[in-house]
Amino acid sequence: MYHRLSIRQKQIVWAWAFLAVPIAFYVVIRFYPTANAMAISFQNWNLLGDRTWAGWANYAKLWNDPVFWKVFRNTFVYLLIGTPVSLVISFAIAYHLDRLRFMHGFLRMLYFLPFMTTAVAMAWVWRWFYQPVPIGLFNNVLATAGIPQVEFLRSTTLALPAILAPAVWAGLGFQIIIFMAGLRAIPRSYYEAARIDGVSNWTILWEITLPLLKPTIVFIVVFSSIGFLRIFDHVFNMTTNDPGGPLNATKPLVLMIYQSAFTDFNMGYAAAQTVVLFLILLIVSLVQLRILRDN
Amino acid sequence: MIVKLMQPRIAGVATAAMLAAGSAQAEVEIEYWQYFFDARVTAMEQLIQNFESANPDITVTMTHFPYADYRTKVAAAIPAGEGPDVVQLFYGWLNDYVAAELIQPLPSDAFPPSMIEDEFFPMVGAMREGDNYWALPTAVRSLALFYNKTLFDEAGISGPPETLDELIETAKMLTKTDAAGNLTQVGITAGMNAQDHHWFREVLVRQFGGEPYLDDYRTVNYNSDAGMAAAAFYTGLVNEHKVSAFGFMDEPQAAFKAGRAGMHIDGSFRIGSLNKTRGLKWGVTELPANSDGMRSNYSSYWVNAITTKAEGEKYDAAVKFMQYVTSDEAMQIWLDVVGELPAKPSVGLTEANANDEVFGPFIRGLAYANTTKFANESAQRQILIDMVQRIDIEGQAVADSIAIAAEAEQELLNEYHN
Repeated sequence: MYHRLSIRQKQIVWAWAFLAVPIAFYVVIRFYPTANAMAISFQNWNLLGDRTWAGWANYAKLWNDPVFWKVFRNTFVYLLIGTPVSLVISFAIAYHLDRLRFMHGFLRMLYFLPFMTTAVAMAWVWRWFYQPVPIGLFNNVLATAGIPQVEFLRSTTLALPAILAPAVWAGLGFQIIIFMAGLRAIPRSYYEAARIDGVSNWTILWEITLPLLKPTIVFIVVFSSIGFLRIFDHVFNMTTNDPGGPLNATKPLVLMIYQSAFTDFNMGYAAAQTVVLFLILLIVSLVQLRILRDN
Repeated sequence: MIVKLMQPRIAGVATAAMLAAGSAQAEVEIEYWQYFFDARVTAMEQLIQNFESANPDITVTMTHFPYADYRTKVAAAIPAGEGPDVVQLFYGWLNDYVAAELIQPLPSDAFPPSMIEDEFFPMVGAMREGDNYWALPTAVRSLALFYNKTLFDEAGISGPPETLDELIETAKMLTKTDAAGNLTQVGITAGMNAQDHHWFREVLVRQFGGEPYLDDYRTVNYNSDAGMAAAAFYTGLVNEHKVSAFGFMDEPQAAFKAGRAGMHIDGSFRIGSLNKTRGLKWGVTELPANSDGMRSNYSSYWVNAITTKAEGEKYDAAVKFMQYVTSDEAMQIWLDVVGELPAKPSVGLTEANANDEVFGPFIRGLAYANTTKFANESAQRQILIDMVQRIDIEGQAVADSIAIAAEAEQELLNEYHN
């Protein structure tokens, strides 16, 4: 049978033979659980008993849950502040680091270090930084200067930015490296031509560097957006006493999913939120790809 | 084997009959599961060792998991015919386990309800249904007021407060602030995230003349004058008397361990970790009474139950093991090793235990303790955390905040019970 196939057909057989392994893997650990989660979102299940069909009840509950809308808003605040801020900062650092020769490798390592640190350890260190007197670093500095302390994590307005800051910082190292790779990929000759024409630095940045970095920017925007939409570790670890608090001020969607599933044991409700998160991620990614695609 | 095909209870009787007829019993191995907590595992190892030497034909294998994975693993294992024959669970989870048919009732011949009623503290009644108990505890927990002896001496206070008014006066003497006006030492810790939500529900609301719940904990009843007075007292520690701060040193127990808090309300399970804290000289006393001398307390417990997986000779072995872990001897071991209180007055209220400097206040508290029947403890705790934060952070009036909390909790209870 096999020996009667042409060389081209044999190649196809072998290609499929090798592809079968990752396909089987993906079907079992990705597609099956995804489909299962979608099915659970239409069921009631407390992990212990039988699953029973619930129709659209979980989605209706979600629509009418004020906490969900608060959490929905928080999730987009993380995205809309986190992504642009980290993009600007990481570009600024990469742009200047790229021109620097002195201690270049060492500085790059310093910026990359937070990215390699576990989010949990980092979140706890920052959590202690933010504590009130007598243990919080920031507030001890304020107290020494006679300034009243700031309740960073016990404020409905300050807590979210306070948690976002270390999350942005943690992601910077990766984005800087990607930006620097993008900068290095721009041919020198363009800059030389611009210099000969006597163009200002600002124009070079605006007309040459940024347009040519577009693929890099698209990648970083999509990548970091997905990261901020899925933010969890920093929030959970900095607010374990009242996860996502105070008063849900810092709770992102993933944390609400976690709580519905593993503290309330309401798997159907958690799955419905997961489906919503999946749709948000899909839409945001598609929109960004469309906007930032080359015309 | 034929017995394996029979219903577990019938099978149990059949095997017992075979035993009575003198047929030899083969070696049986049963599995015991609990969540991981160092002292509990050590205590259980001791119990298993004692049990095995008394019953050489039975082997007990213990498996433990991190608390976070516990329920998921139990739920997946038992229906698959794997996992424990005897399992430990929180009293508040009983309904879920019964509904999911993960556990079976204890046989009434080995555990007669009348005997249990006579021998155990009354709160265990929550485990009873008709003529059977579903599960029984080895140990129970209650709350008490821990105090820092060094700070008391420093402030020249002779002894711990006996009433709520004295509590505030004592706390004032223990509070310290820095030049900027920030608290650097609190008189008493505060935080609904720790044990304070139990103190509020079962102790303060009652002491201010109320009843926190009605209809067997199905109706929220703290949105009342008593509830408001209790909430005002509690938040007043921070807002009015300024003897405490929410979130001070991150966690109440951390502040107390670090010697930055004069007093701290916590459970008997904290004793072990406080004993390990170097340089901390602490004492413990009963929760303060109200001005009429009325006291209350909150108690909770973990129970052991036989799962539906245990059949035939394993079921018989599981029954024997359950009898041992609910025996007086087991309870004393549990008290000595874990620091959790015996579930029977016959062990708890012995002269030595009840007058013990450390265990005494907790054990005396059991006599007037109430046990909240939670539908979802962490969600119900969250509602009280939010209630306090609306008052503390957003400046909402106590009456408005408690009304929102009561409504949210009632909705949660309705959803659970229907």
